Amino acid sequence: MEVGKVKRVAGPVVQATGLKASMYDLVLVGEEGLMSEVIGISGNKHVIQVYEDTGGVKPGEPVKETGAPLVAQLGPGILTSIYDGIQRPLTKLAEASGDFISRGLFVDGVDHKKKWEFKPVVKKGDTVKAGQTIGEVQEQLLIKHKIMVPPRSKGGTIKEIYSGNFTVDETVAVLEDGTKLNMLQKWPVRQARPTIKKLAPTIPLRTGQRVIDGFFSLAKGGTAAIPGGFGTGKTVMQQTLSKWADVDIVVYVGCGERGNEMADLLHEFPELVDPRTGRPLMERSIVFANTSNMPVAAREASIYTGMTVSEYYRDMGYDVMMTADSTSRWAEAMRELASRLEEMPGEEGYPAYLGARLADFYERAGRADILGGGQGSVSVVGAVSPPGGDFTEPVTQNTLRMVKVFWALDSKLTQRRHFPSINWLDSYSLYDKDLEPWFVENVNPDWNKNKRRAMAILQENAELEEIVMLVGSDALPEDQQITLEVARMIINFWLAQSAMHPVDTFCPYKKQFELLAAILKYRDYAVEALQKGISVEQIKSVPSKDALAKVRLESEYEPVLQKVMAQMDADFKGLK
Amino acid sequence: MTKEYKTITEIKGPLIFVEKTEPVGYNELVEIRTGGELKRGQVLDTSDEIVVVQVFEGTGGLSKDSAVRFTGDVIKMPLSPAIVGRVLSGSGRPRDGGPEIVPEVMRGIAGAAINPASREKPRAFIQTGISTIDGTNTLVRGQKLPIFSGAGLPHNDVALQIARQAKALGEAESFAVIFCAMGITNEEAQHFLADFERTGALERAVVFLNLADDPAVERILTPRLGLTTAEYLAFDLDMHVLIIYTDMTNYCESLRQMGAAREEVPGRRGYPGYMYTDLAIQYERAGIIRGKKGSITQFPILTMPGDDITHPIPDLSGYITEGQIIVSRELHRKGIYPPIDIRPSLSRLMNSGIGKGHTREDHRAVSDQLYAYYAEGNDLRGLAAIVGKEALSERDKLVLEFADKFEKKFVNQGRDEDRSIFETLQIGWELLADLPESMLTRIDDKYIKQYHPKYAGTAKK
Repeated sequence: MEVGKVKRVAGPVVQATGLKASMYDLVLVGEEGLMSEVIGISGNKHVIQVYEDTGGVKPGEPVKETGAPLVAQLGPGILTSIYDGIQRPLTKLAEASGDFISRGLFVDGVDHKKKWEFKPVVKKGDTVKAGQTIGEVQEQLLIKHKIMVPPRSKGGTIKEIYSGNFTVDETVAVLEDGTKLNMLQKWPVRQARPTIKKLAPTIPLRTGQRVIDGFFSLAKGGTAAIPGGFGTGKTVMQQTLSKWADVDIVVYVGCGERGNEMADLLHEFPELVDPRTGRPLMERSIVFANTSNMPVAAREASIYTGMTVSEYYRDMGYDVMMTADSTSRWAEAMRELASRLEEMPGEEGYPAYLGARLADFYERAGRADILGGGQGSVSVVGAVSPPGGDFTEPVTQNTLRMVKVFWALDSKLTQRRHFPSINWLDSYSLYDKDLEPWFVENVNPDWNKNKRRAMAILQENAELEEIVMLVGSDALPEDQQITLEVARMIINFWLAQSAMHPVDTFCPYKKQFELLAAILKYRDYAVEALQKGISVEQIKSVPSKDALAKVRLESEYEPVLQKVMAQMDADFKGLK
Repeated sequence: MTKEYKTITEIKGPLIFVEKTEPVGYNELVEIRTGGELKRGQVLDTSDEIVVVQVFEGTGGLSKDSAVRFTGDVIKMPLSPAIVGRVLSGSGRPRDGGPEIVPEVMRGIAGAAINPASREKPRAFIQTGISTIDGTNTLVRGQKLPIFSGAGLPHNDVALQIARQAKALGEAESFAVIFCAMGITNEEAQHFLADFERTGALERAVVFLNLADDPAVERILTPRLGLTTAEYLAFDLDMHVLIIYTDMTNYCESLRQMGAAREEVPGRRGYPGYMYTDLAIQYERAGIIRGKKGSITQFPILTMPGDDITHPIPDLSGYITEGQIIVSRELHRKGIYPPIDIRPSLSRLMNSGIGKGHTREDHRAVSDQLYAYYAEGNDLRGLAAIVGKEALSERDKLVLEFADKFEKKFVNQGRDEDRSIFETLQIGWELLADLPESMLTRIDDKYIKQYHPKYAGTAKK
């Protein structure tokens, strides 16, 4: 390994000479060995971004090569961890340096001393290929960590395989060609881990939230964006998703957010319980916390580190959901580094490659045939925080070009205490068509038809409301008054969902469908009744309508719903 | 003793360029001697060929013959318990005629990040005695809550009142106020100091003064010195520290000036691309550390250029701080003090500091209800201006009236009026009592029965 020399220091960017390192190689700068990354090479000069504060670093200090890019350490023990942006466990950092993070600390991403019980699933003489599982470790009570042949290795025939307790560095299997396998993989964070092929987004990611599943559904392996403006209910939304999304692993990347907010999350998260298993949610979670005052280069790296860990669990055949909060802060880190490098700025000072970087990131999401056989997925929910709430700014625009789902969190709805505060007019999902066959087959052939009907009613409602503001609702024609009433029912009985109510917090697909169908049925009855000359007042005051509002709170809802619908039929037959 | 150099090749604005040096560390403290005067600076860019130094006291009087000495150390702040009660300059030198601080410890001022895993969740209510803050935008210990204001508004009075009145409910605790002035006028500074002296607050305050005619570059140092002092008082001496800095806008202007002098690629409106990170490093030094008794609560004041909240300074601040208090020109013109507009104001940590065990169980509900009708009443003002008050429905008239009364009774209070949270809630209830009970949709019946003035009267009998 070469040892170079620092030539120039200006903020987090350092120039050095005498290095042979390649682009994105990890190097250690200065006497203290600050973790850094090569981000440019020109002539005999290497341009290096430093993940830590560079105060006191002098020209002439050594720069040591490591011969490898920034890698994530992948092995048992990642789950439940809380890391900084370059995968240093924060609790270990606190043990090493106290309450403030000091510089030049090395802490491994996984514990190299802890022993894990390795149970082989292949035997001597079996042929294994890259990505294939050779054994399992019970990482958490409910999650098996699969020990895989690293991707891009040749594989071969198992010569020896052991079972018992091992550290991640100890050999658990030997191949015929002498290759030793252990339980630790190292993977460069900026490179996507390979799969056999990416699959079409044909399976929905169930969240149990009616507005999401029913209107703006996310596919497994899909990408979604939420705006993270002031008071939009982003935190509640993220917690609900973490709790209820049918994924195996949740990866949360807090990128450039508030320290106190992270403290809140780190206190609340371990207390959240996975409602399906009764186990702490943390057991299937990994948190990356790189607050806004932690070094900017590490913030830039945190998104990649989080993604690499997500992909690793995907490669075991798991469904993973990664939340990136917020991608705007990440883009700002890119801008800051670009300006330190004196690069030519693009739109609003962001580097010209902003769009490409965002695209690279979101493209790493997806459901895929994995190397080891079977499928796994990484779904991404990225928060954007546009400055001044201006959605035309470059980060939001580039993000919206990439993602397929947009959940427009709306502070007005939050103020009205309507949760989840997803605006039904501004949000969209482009997975509608891809997911339709699944819903037709697994729930009901009318899934998309009803959805479109309901959305059309809400659209019309929005237009009518403007008129109502001017002239009052009594001045509207009768059929439009019915539309207003039905829209109100969709909004209050169906779109609104209480995260606090034990039953309503999660709504299965079938129940979602039937509740919506019931509201639409009311509309059919109402339109029919109008034609018979029955007054709007009478239609609005049928008792079964209010009974319908309560059905969503029933866990055994089916008999209740049948009763309500039978009553509705009777109610309308009785109207004169 | 380190070497002195007389190799300045260029002096440009606040920067000097020095050649042919031994290796010099980034961010190192630099001393420049010219005539009898000693100026200090900091290394911004260092290489074998040239070292760029920003001079805090300004480059006036410097020439190519000035002697430059690199100290081999980063800038440190001398600290001891005796610092409380002192008035210092923006670069930390005594300004009150007193002696230099005899340090017990020297601390680097750059400020390391608090490990997120070591942070304690802030949840202790701070009573400021101002209804619009305590009642509807509650401050908690460890929070950073900026005041967004405009030129010519009484934000300084608000800040002073908070500094005077802020206290925790319950037992007496040791606390201190740190006041950092950046680029404010001499008159404003006098106003602050006079008030501190009048109320005896100076005894438990540390004041850093960088006035409008002091060097702009020094301002970059001022909040760092203040925050380093705050960390010392909070985490070494177990004090609850309230730090007020005014005016953040001047600080950001200095950042921009430095950026321009260094010919950096500018970001939005010419401010440097790293302004977000730079502000975050200051603001994020608020908080509580698990296992430590003290805390740091921040009140940055910034004047929004042109009252524009989307300007980069308030905008970036808003993304880092936990809410904002908005001082409104409209309310100020109506003669209401403090002219805090609660509608765009927000305290993100309010929920963890109110309710049972903190303030009172009905706090959230009362606050929501006041918010809702004040917002609605404000909207109705626009409508009433068009169609006339008479055309409004009875309900709308009530709401409109409520908004007016809300401003006069709840928002408006004396400069020395220190309302307890219970008084604040009582005023809120009295205002709500003018509305029919059926309109109090956000408040649980049991709170209405308990706290509504109507029932309070009957309960006594």
